[in-house]
Amino acid sequence: MKLTSWGRYPVCESTVNRPRSDAALAGLLHTQPPSSSIARGMGRSYGDSALAEHVYSTTALDQFIAFDEERGLLRCAAGVTLETLLHAMMPRGWFLPVVPGTWHVSIGGAIASDVHGKNHHLDGSFGQHVESLRLMLASGDIVHCSAQENTELFHATCAGMGLTGIIVDATLHLRRNNSSTVMQRTLRAHNLDEIFALFDSHHNSHYSVAWLDCLARGNSLGRSLLYLGEHANDNICRTPAKRSISIPFSSPAFLLNRYSMSLFNSLYYHKPVKELVEQRIEAKQYFFPLDSIGHWNRLYGKRGFMQYQCVIPDASAQPAMREILTRISTSGKGSFLSVLKKLGPANRNLLSFPLEGYTLALDFKFEPSTLALLDELDSIVLAHGGRLYLAKDARMSQEVFRRSYPHWEDMARIRAETGADRLFNSLQSRRLGL
Amino acid sequence: MDVKNILIIGANSAIAKATARLYAQENCRLFLLGRDTAALAQQQQDLLIRGASEVNIAPLDVTHFALHEAAIDQALDLFGQIDLALICHGSLPDQIRCQDDFDAALEAFNINALSVISLLTHLSARMMAQRHGCLAVITSVAGDRGRQSNYVYGAAKGMVSRYLQGLRGRLFPHNVHVVDIRPGFVDTPMTAHLPKGALWASPEQIAQAVVNGVAKRRHTVYAPAFWRFIMLIVRCIPEFMFKRLKF
Repeated sequence: MKLTSWGRYPVCESTVNRPRSDAALAGLLHTQPPSSSIARGMGRSYGDSALAEHVYSTTALDQFIAFDEERGLLRCAAGVTLETLLHAMMPRGWFLPVVPGTWHVSIGGAIASDVHGKNHHLDGSFGQHVESLRLMLASGDIVHCSAQENTELFHATCAGMGLTGIIVDATLHLRRNNSSTVMQRTLRAHNLDEIFALFDSHHNSHYSVAWLDCLARGNSLGRSLLYLGEHANDNICRTPAKRSISIPFSSPAFLLNRYSMSLFNSLYYHKPVKELVEQRIEAKQYFFPLDSIGHWNRLYGKRGFMQYQCVIPDASAQPAMREILTRISTSGKGSFLSVLKKLGPANRNLLSFPLEGYTLALDFKFEPSTLALLDELDSIVLAHGGRLYLAKDARMSQEVFRRSYPHWEDMARIRAETGADRLFNSLQSRRLGL
Repeated sequence: MDVKNILIIGANSAIAKATARLYAQENCRLFLLGRDTAALAQQQQDLLIRGASEVNIAPLDVTHFALHEAAIDQALDLFGQIDLALICHGSLPDQIRCQDDFDAALEAFNINALSVISLLTHLSARMMAQRHGCLAVITSVAGDRGRQSNYVYGAAKGMVSRYLQGLRGRLFPHNVHVVDIRPGFVDTPMTAHLPKGALWASPEQIAQAVVNGVAKRRHTVYAPAFWRFIMLIVRCIPEFMFKRLKF
């Protein structure tokens, strides 16, 4: 069948198997092992990291296994989604220590991409809250990995994009949280200098993220709205609501052009904001605003879109972002969603994306001319010592990857040692030469 | 009806599992009966984490009719009252084998029809006595009309549907409700070997139809709902044409 991930580019002809147990999965690996296969959860990575000729879907491995309420340790199979997990755990006063921008991701996917959230500057990424995991190797054997046991394999698997094997289950640390709402404050920044200053002065805010008008120019370059959030403390833990609306079909791509984007961005930036007033909003709405619109990826038209997410180390983050935004605003290509976020220190996971600095994420409708623009952005990112997020990537070159992910050779060695390189290869890993 | 105490028979079936998860979210008390106790134990943990206020499990091979009464009484002793009994077990027999080998056909009837009727006999007596409750049984659209490619399974499921119709009337004065859930094609381990198309549904979709059907006290639930129209047409085809159809 034709398979794509969230960006709907590229498209891959794949056979998909959906085993219902670890034993069935091992059986699949034993019979006729195809050399180009990869695990896939909800397919919410944007590019080609969950695409291969043969795909092992983990969506039927969806059981909770054990919950230690004393220590807040939850063990569940890799296909459990964050949505399912939060539905079960939020009413009991528990939350995940790190959540990405959508809850339609699987636990296995969240670990393999080492996803980060709006609190990365304080709490790090998803992998740092994984107590242990069980990984099925190419041989079908299952190994137990943690920061203490099979350490090297653990740090290769967290952020490993499925390239060491298939995560079958994991034990996660949850955080106590006695409310299902978030107290949000919104601050307006008139330009890039102001938003950087605001991130610095609100470093202690638990959650922070900025929406940015990527098409504003000149003195308004980098104008943005900063959303700060803290969990409320009201002892009201409700079950989160289900999704309300859905985009039924792909929108005609011409609707998204520089004028409609400019208009949208400008209106959004100028929306009335009560700067000093705290607003109480549902956690779901704060953390996963786009999940209330099903299939929003269809807005970018049939040919799909690419998300470009880079991180630039602190030292040169400001000039680099200025360069990148100037380049984008003059190109006239842009997106509804441009997100700027301060990140905390990097972790030990070999292919983990975050670095101490700033990350910018933008969507681009797929057009051949976009590829040239992104190549230009790559050179700016490289020149400032930054890198791109593998979970979003569909087009980075091998050279850019190797120069920006210094541990790639360790990853390649571990893959060779465990036999993963003979079985687990995604379109992305082939492209990146892993 | 506010469902609280739920007995699930054939609890390892994909539809049963998905339904149990929905009831777990509503903090129900569950009693699971099934053959594979290791799988039941895994499900027990899963359902407790999902919010079930209590989950008990016990082994039951439904083809041993003599064990049915004790298994049901075990649930009743524990619950005090059964609010909902959901019967989910079944198997898809090989039609070609069944039409030539009566032992195979008999086995298919035992699993898909007679065991269900035995269980319903014991359950309806107890629910009549408590003057309260709901019986929900997973049958199939295959029971609506005998097709030459699948009539042993269809006859077994059809037998249960007819039985439920009569039982519904008998239990009605006793405040016991009977729901016949007729799924179409469902992607489960039972149908893993069949090629899938646009008409196929997930066990989760059927589970939602079960929960809604029980809550709204429906009589016959086609799941997904479009099967009601498909089967209406299938039932309307004149026999002189129908006998020529190979499906």
